[in-house]
Amino acid sequence: MNWEALWLTVKLAVIVSAALFVIGIPVAYWLMSSRWRWKFLVEAAVALPIVLPPTVLGFYVLVALGSRSPLGRWWQSLTGHTLAFTFEGLVIGSLLYSLPFAVQPFAASFGAIDPKLLRASASLGHSPILTFWRIVFPLSKGGLVTGFTLSFAHTLGEFGVVLMVGGNIPGVTRTISIDIYDQVEAANYSSANYTALLLLFVSFVLLAIVYGMNRRSHVMGPWK
Amino acid sequence: MTNPVAVQDTTAGYSSELEVRIRKRYPNPAGSFLLNVHYRALAGVTILFGASGAGKTTLLDCIAGFTDPDEGRIVIGGETVFCSGDWDSGNQNSGNKNSVSADSEGSTANCNVPAWKRAVGYVLQDLGLFPHLTAEQNVAYGLRKLGAAERRTRSREMLTAFRIDHLRDRRPAEISGGERQRVALARALVTEPRALLLDEPLAALDRPTKSLIVSDLRRWNQQYRIPILFVTHNGEEVFALGEEVIVLEAGKIVAQGQPKDVMHAPRLETVAQLSGLENIFDAEVTSINEDRGTMTCRVGMGSVSLETPLAGVNAGAKLRVGIRAGDILLATEKPRGLSARNIVAGKIQSLEQKEGVVAATINCEGTQFEVHLTLAAREALALNPGKKVWVVIKTHSCHLLGG
Repeated sequence: MNWEALWLTVKLAVIVSAALFVIGIPVAYWLMSSRWRWKFLVEAAVALPIVLPPTVLGFYVLVALGSRSPLGRWWQSLTGHTLAFTFEGLVIGSLLYSLPFAVQPFAASFGAIDPKLLRASASLGHSPILTFWRIVFPLSKGGLVTGFTLSFAHTLGEFGVVLMVGGNIPGVTRTISIDIYDQVEAANYSSANYTALLLLFVSFVLLAIVYGMNRRSHVMGPWK
Repeated sequence: MTNPVAVQDTTAGYSSELEVRIRKRYPNPAGSFLLNVHYRALAGVTILFGASGAGKTTLLDCIAGFTDPDEGRIVIGGETVFCSGDWDSGNQNSGNKNSVSADSEGSTANCNVPAWKRAVGYVLQDLGLFPHLTAEQNVAYGLRKLGAAERRTRSREMLTAFRIDHLRDRRPAEISGGERQRVALARALVTEPRALLLDEPLAALDRPTKSLIVSDLRRWNQQYRIPILFVTHNGEEVFALGEEVIVLEAGKIVAQGQPKDVMHAPRLETVAQLSGLENIFDAEVTSINEDRGTMTCRVGMGSVSLETPLAGVNAGAKLRVGIRAGDILLATEKPRGLSARNIVAGKIQSLEQKEGVVAATINCEGTQFEVHLTLAAREALALNPGKKVWVVIKTHSCHLLGG
C-alpha cells in the first residue's frame, strides 16, 4: 500500500469537497432562483464535466494553468512557479471536475423546498439570507450531504484530469488511482489489488451513506 | 434599504389602517384580467368574497409584497409600503404603464418595501408551517428580535390563547389539520402584525372546528384591533366572521357593505351562487302588479309562475330568480290560509341526505326545485320519491339577480 499516495488523495478530496461546498451553495441557489433567460447555458456548463472525457478537461486546465495563459503568468509572478504539475493545480482541476457532483444535488434539494415556506418566512420578518439559514439550509440537509459526499468520492477516484494536470510526481501529484495504474504497469498485481479494493470499499460505503440519507429524508421531508 | 417614506395622510381626518389603491394586470386561465381595486379597511374583519380567479389572492399578494402592482399605492398602519405611478393626477390609461414597474426604484416617487419588512401577517390555505420545527418553534419564529426568555413567554401565551399549548413539542406532521391552522394563526399573530391576511385558511376544516377557531380569532382581534382581510368563497364564513364584506369579480369590487346587506340581497349572480342560492332559474316577467308591489314571472323550463318582488322592469323582460333551498317549504296537502303567495304542486323526484340535511328535488311541471329539510321533517311527513307535494315560497324569498 502506498501510504503517501493515499494521504495525498484524501487531502485532495477533503480540500476539494470542502471548497465545493462553499462555492456550490451560492451557485446552486442562484441556479434555482434566477430568472435570467440564459441560465440554461450556465447549467449546461456546470454539467459539462459529467460527460466530457477527463483528458479533454485536463488538457484545457493544463493550458489555462500553463505559463502562456494569463492565469498561469499571474500565478507565476506571485509564486515563482507555474500551477501545472503542482498540488494546487490538481486542486483547481478537481474543483472543475467535481463541480456538478456538488452543485446538482444542492440545486435539487433547494428546488424541492416548498416556496410557500419562503413566503411564510418573509411574512414573519426574515430577510432572504436569514431565511436561507433557518429554512432552506436545514431542509436541504440531505442534498447538502449528498453533494458533499459525491464530490468527495468523485475526487478520490479521479484519474484522467490528475494525470493531465499533475503528472505523476510522488508526494505531490501521485494519487492512489495513478498509483494503481503504476502498479499494474509494473505487473505488481497484488499491490494494485489492495489499493483498488480499498478504493472500491470506500466508494461503496460513501454511496451507501448517500442513499441511506436520502431514503430517510424523503420520509421526514416536507413532501409527505 | 432604509425605511420608506413616511406617510402623509392625503385624506385628512381619516385614520386609515390599510389603504389599497392599485392596478395590476394578472394572468388568469380565462385570459388576463385587470385588478383594479381601491378601498380602505379599518380594524376588524373584512371578508374578500369572490369566485376563484376574481383576483383575491393577487390582491393579498400585492399587500404582502409577494407581487408588485403595476401602479398604485399601499399604506399599512400609516406606512406607505408601495407607491408607483402618479395615480393621484388621475385619468391616465390603466393599460400600458409598464414603464412604471416596481423595478424602477430610486425614482423619488416610487417606493417598494420588501415583504419581510412590511410586518403583515399572511396565512395561506396550506399554511406553510415549517416542517422541521415544532409547534412552539414555529410560533416563536417571527420573534427573533426578542430575547430567548421573552420569546418563550410570548409564544407560550399565544399557544395557550389558541388552545394548542399541549402540542408545543410536536411537529406539523404530527398534529391534526385544525391544530395546524391554529399554529399558523398563532405564528402570524404573535408578531403583532399591522394587518393580517388570511387566504381561505379554514377551507379544509369541518364546521365545529371552524367556528371554534373563528371565535378565538375574534377574541384576539377584540384586543388588538388590526385590519384582517379574510378571503373566502364560502357564504357561511362571510356571516360567521365579517363585519364588512367586499365582493370581487374579475378584478373589480362589485359590492361592498355589511354581510347582511350584501349577502341577503344578492342582486349579483356571483354572490348568489357563492352564498348558496341553490335554485337559480331563467325567468320571464309575465305581468306587473304595481299596486301590490309584486310581479309574476314564469320560471325555469316548465310553466311554473312565481310572484316575486318588483324590479323596475317591464313585462316581457328576461331575468334570473334565485331561491335558497332552505327558504322553501314542503306540504303534503294543499295548504290554505297561508301568507306565502307561491304554492306550486309537484312530485318528489329524489331525496338525498347530505351533512345533516335532506336535499329533496321536486319536479313541478318540468321545473325542478331543490329543497332542504331536516331529517325529522322527512320522517314526520313520510316523504318518499314519487310522493305528491306542494312547494311553498314567499314572495320575498325570490331574489332577482342582475347580470
